Amino acid sequence: MMRSLELALIATLSCAITPAFSADRSRELTALVREDCGSCHGMTLKGGLGAPLTPHDLAEKDAMSLAAIILDGVPGTPMPPWRGLISEADARWIAEKLKQGFPQ
Amino acid sequence: MNRRSFLTASVAAGLATPALAADGAAPCAPTRGTGDLGLIIERATGSVLIVDTTTRAVVSRIDGLGDLSHATAVFGPSERYAYVFGRDGGLTKVDMLACRIDRRVIQAGNSIGGAISDDGALIVASNYTPGGIKVFDANSLAELASVPAIGANGKSSKTVGLVDLPGRRFAYALYDADEIWIADFSAGATPALTKFTDVGRLPYDANVTSDARHYLAGLFGEDGFAHIDLWAAAPKVDRVSSGYNAGRAKLPIYKMPHLEGWAESNSTLVVPAAGQHEALLIDLETMKEQGRIALHSQPVFCVARPDGREVWINFAHPDNDTVQVLDVFTRKIVHTFRPGPAVLHLEFTPRGHEVWISVRDADRIDIYDVRSREKKAELKAVKPSGIFFTSRAHRLGV
Repeated sequence: MMRSLELALIATLSCAITPAFSADRSRELTALVREDCGSCHGMTLKGGLGAPLTPHDLAEKDAMSLAAIILDGVPGTPMPPWRGLISEADARWIAEKLKQGFPQ
Repeated sequence: MNRRSFLTASVAAGLATPALAADGAAPCAPTRGTGDLGLIIERATGSVLIVDTTTRAVVSRIDGLGDLSHATAVFGPSERYAYVFGRDGGLTKVDMLACRIDRRVIQAGNSIGGAISDDGALIVASNYTPGGIKVFDANSLAELASVPAIGANGKSSKTVGLVDLPGRRFAYALYDADEIWIADFSAGATPALTKFTDVGRLPYDANVTSDARHYLAGLFGEDGFAHIDLWAAAPKVDRVSSGYNAGRAKLPIYKMPHLEGWAESNSTLVVPAAGQHEALLIDLETMKEQGRIALHSQPVFCVARPDGREVWINFAHPDNDTVQVLDVFTRKIVHTFRPGPAVLHLEFTPRGHEVWISVRDADRIDIYDVRSREKKAELKAVKPSGIFFTSRAHRLGV
């Protein structure tokens, strides 16, 4: 059961590498990350109460697990689940961009 | 007036008057006081605005303050100098009259805020990386002391909830170590430290009442607040409002609540509940919870009007376009309005006739008449966040 869930999750998350978005949606997500994620992770994403999110800091993490953290949060820490506010495709886009170096 | 006294007066006026600056630099303002000045953080551009609350106008913009996400400011006792604490560890001393940076140091890798001692001599910064506090001379910004925050668990901790206490003392909490420390600098740069351990899980912010009696730290890792009665002969930690989420789901928190600016009003403390659409009312006599107020969404700041009758409240993402007004006397929400997208902060004029509200995503500061609720003016500002008026210079714990 666990295994099939995992496979399903991988299938869901890996179907698009970096989803193609309209320029508007990219701008909205960029602002969301810089401004609202930035309230804990810092506007420059070098960290604060939350962990730093620069490509260097995230080198050991793959984009899929990052997207899962964005969607479902980290229990026991202030990292909330963003599922409901953003889509899975949004989370994948954010994760990929964080790994590459997040746009300004 | 004889010649000697005239000269003395001229020198005195010249010192206080940028308009007479010998270097011919353009003055930002004629001779004036500072009691109706303020400083507004423009978080995305590393700039601050100097503003005039009487004329409701921007006096000047100052650039070059670094990363100002989550920046805060305190004022020296003359109200001339502001000390701005940036996220990147920058500590900048801003001359409010000359409208320029007086001094600037990078004091840490990652900072959360600061405080100033009651005598105005010491500036203290609270840091995330490396964790701990650092102490600076308020005139020169020379470093006087560095106090690491190694908890009983042996870990270096982020420090949060730093406030000043009378007698060159400061209180702060250790986020990663579940401790509260009081650092006493009355005898010099090496502090006497008083440590309270096991105060509760993950203290995320704290504040002290205006009489410097009650220090209250919000706990993220459990429901409730760690409280210390600093007037007690032997201060100890107890819990306030413990278990306020019991029996109901704790909602995801998209912006941590702040205790800065909390409301002390009518013998009641009004504080944001973490993970609920509520403010909690705490009786200042008994330090027991005495009620809960249902709100529009999760509160971030609960700011008391200076007379204490009303508390104005803003909210976390994604409901942060709204402000609500609580009448503490009747315990009713008496006004709800929507200034615009991303209301980040509110600051009352010193005697509370107007309130300034930063509306980040509209790039605007809105100024409201507090009694009529009418908007009196709008000022352009680039992604504004914190608003700090010079009257803070004379309040403890801010």
